[in-house]
Amino acid sequence: MKSWNRFKNSYLLYSFKRDPVAILSFCVLSILVIISILAPVITPYNTYDSATFDIMDAETPPAWMEGGSKSFLLGTDIQGRDLLSTMIYGLRVSLLIGVGAVLFQALVGILVGLLSGYLGGKLDALLMRIADIQFSIPYLIVAIFTSAIFKLAFGVGRYAELAVPLLIIIIGMSEWPKYARTVRASVLGEKNKEYVEAARVIGISRWHIMYRHVLPNTLTPVLVISTIQVAEAVMSEAALSFLGLGMPITKPSLGSLIRAGFEYIFSGSWWITFFPGALLVIFILVILLLGDWLRDVLNPKLYKG
Amino acid sequence: MRHLLEVKDLEVKFALWFGELTAIDGISFTLDRGERLGIVGESGAGKSVTGFAIINLISKPGYISAGQILFEGQELNRLPEDEMRSIRGNRISMIFQDPMMTLNPVLTIGTQMIETVLAHENVSKSEAVDIALDKLKKVHIPSPEKRIHQYPHECSGGMRQRIVVAIALLTNPALIIADEPTTALDVTIQAEIMDLLLELCESEKMGLILITHDLGVVSQITEKVIVMYAGKIVESGATQSVVQDPKHPYTRGLLKAIPGIIPPGSRLYQIPGMMPNLTEIPQGCSFHPRCTISESICSTEVPALISKDQHHRMVACHMVK
Repeated sequence: MKSWNRFKNSYLLYSFKRDPVAILSFCVLSILVIISILAPVITPYNTYDSATFDIMDAETPPAWMEGGSKSFLLGTDIQGRDLLSTMIYGLRVSLLIGVGAVLFQALVGILVGLLSGYLGGKLDALLMRIADIQFSIPYLIVAIFTSAIFKLAFGVGRYAELAVPLLIIIIGMSEWPKYARTVRASVLGEKNKEYVEAARVIGISRWHIMYRHVLPNTLTPVLVISTIQVAEAVMSEAALSFLGLGMPITKPSLGSLIRAGFEYIFSGSWWITFFPGALLVIFILVILLLGDWLRDVLNPKLYKG
Repeated sequence: MRHLLEVKDLEVKFALWFGELTAIDGISFTLDRGERLGIVGESGAGKSVTGFAIINLISKPGYISAGQILFEGQELNRLPEDEMRSIRGNRISMIFQDPMMTLNPVLTIGTQMIETVLAHENVSKSEAVDIALDKLKKVHIPSPEKRIHQYPHECSGGMRQRIVVAIALLTNPALIIADEPTTALDVTIQAEIMDLLLELCESEKMGLILITHDLGVVSQITEKVIVMYAGKIVESGATQSVVQDPKHPYTRGLLKAIPGIIPPGSRLYQIPGMMPNLTEIPQGCSFHPRCTISESICSTEVPALISKDQHHRMVACHMVK
């Protein structure tokens, strides 16, 4: 109750209420997230069950077009799956991979950045060079190698089951240095402040100072880049899937849907690519807009003058 | 009786790329239980380094190169880090200059206090809260039950410094080192904090080392005073006698430099020149280039800190007889 009151009087809420773009983005994002979480409940078809769809329905156009069917609002894809349901499931996969990859990145990156910034010295040099090396390898190459090795090791058959954790790790591994560098930079700024010195003088151990005193003071930039990173991870996943390195078509993400439809775009079945593409754009756009708003709110220099 | 704190020939050096700087050059002093000592000097005289040396927290590249620090019979500069940590903040507390900076902005006052208690004492969380409330009352914070849930930015500067003092008191230390505790505060709050420190030292029988550049403050609350210049003690003794009858020309300069009420338009006194950079400490008496009474011996021979009368007055000056 107390924290609710604190939240109710906070600048965060105040500025949120006065920013129509933020409100709109937040609403759209919440709807998309809720829909994708509730996918099995609200979608008309279970697209993961091949018994529920019929190849004869393939490439049915959206309901309002000629040849459209009432039972497939946005038409069907090349396998006869209801496109709307497939998209919702696809969004779910994209969201899962995006959030999962960001959590992975943040976990690794914050840990590395904190240790590197707070302890400094040789460890700092070592960890930051590893981050540089990681940064200099394009994630596409990592993805190609990893999935090739993976398919070799576990067989192509198991790829569909393990694609989600695999993609989380691939995207997470390629982006953690961003967190590490951001956190390290803030830690370097914070660790020389007097409250850290005061904590040392009080006799608190360095680990405790590190996670209890320094870490919370470095989280503002982490919060801001996290929003951008979620958008970026979703896009990376879509790009990988588009290139055929991501989610298999039996369990499509938005990216693999776009790719699957892409081949049919000139034969007139534009909807298979268009609707997932539009959903991806909207999804990324609202995340980025919210991220912009959050960055402005969390930067005291912008409103305190 | 054994002294609470005894510093013997303490020497602190900073290892830099071009060689070593001597920040503190062989200082010695003692402090008894409940005694209040002032360390006075300009910026860069080594006052704060002395404070940090006592709790063995000199940051790299500095280190204690010689000397002994005896606290309650233990040699602090030889203690391993984990034992030292149980003394720091427990038997010896430190108060810093800027209360805006010494409290963590993202934690409530209560959290920071409880954390300190739990770091040193084997008590439950609710007992820790009681201790925190009790200490907040001791430093005259109104409605501590409310304050304990607030964040540092919700308190005024004087309030924050009192909270910092309360944190220093949490574990009933035997010694408090206050490093310019009132420099960042305005004059009325300054007096309030000083009165508070004085009162607490008397009621809790705590030793106090007050590090400051303000001889006025020192004369109000300390019993003994050390005047430092370029890492050395130039004069020491009972505060009253030093303030009323300064012997060393540097102490005299410092006392004259306290602004009093002067006719409008007239100049304030200042000691000519600047404290030398530690890389270029002059030969002989390090104060001689700025001294008004120096003679040729001053630029060649380092004056020893010797007693010039019977009241434990020590002065390091060739010219004082």
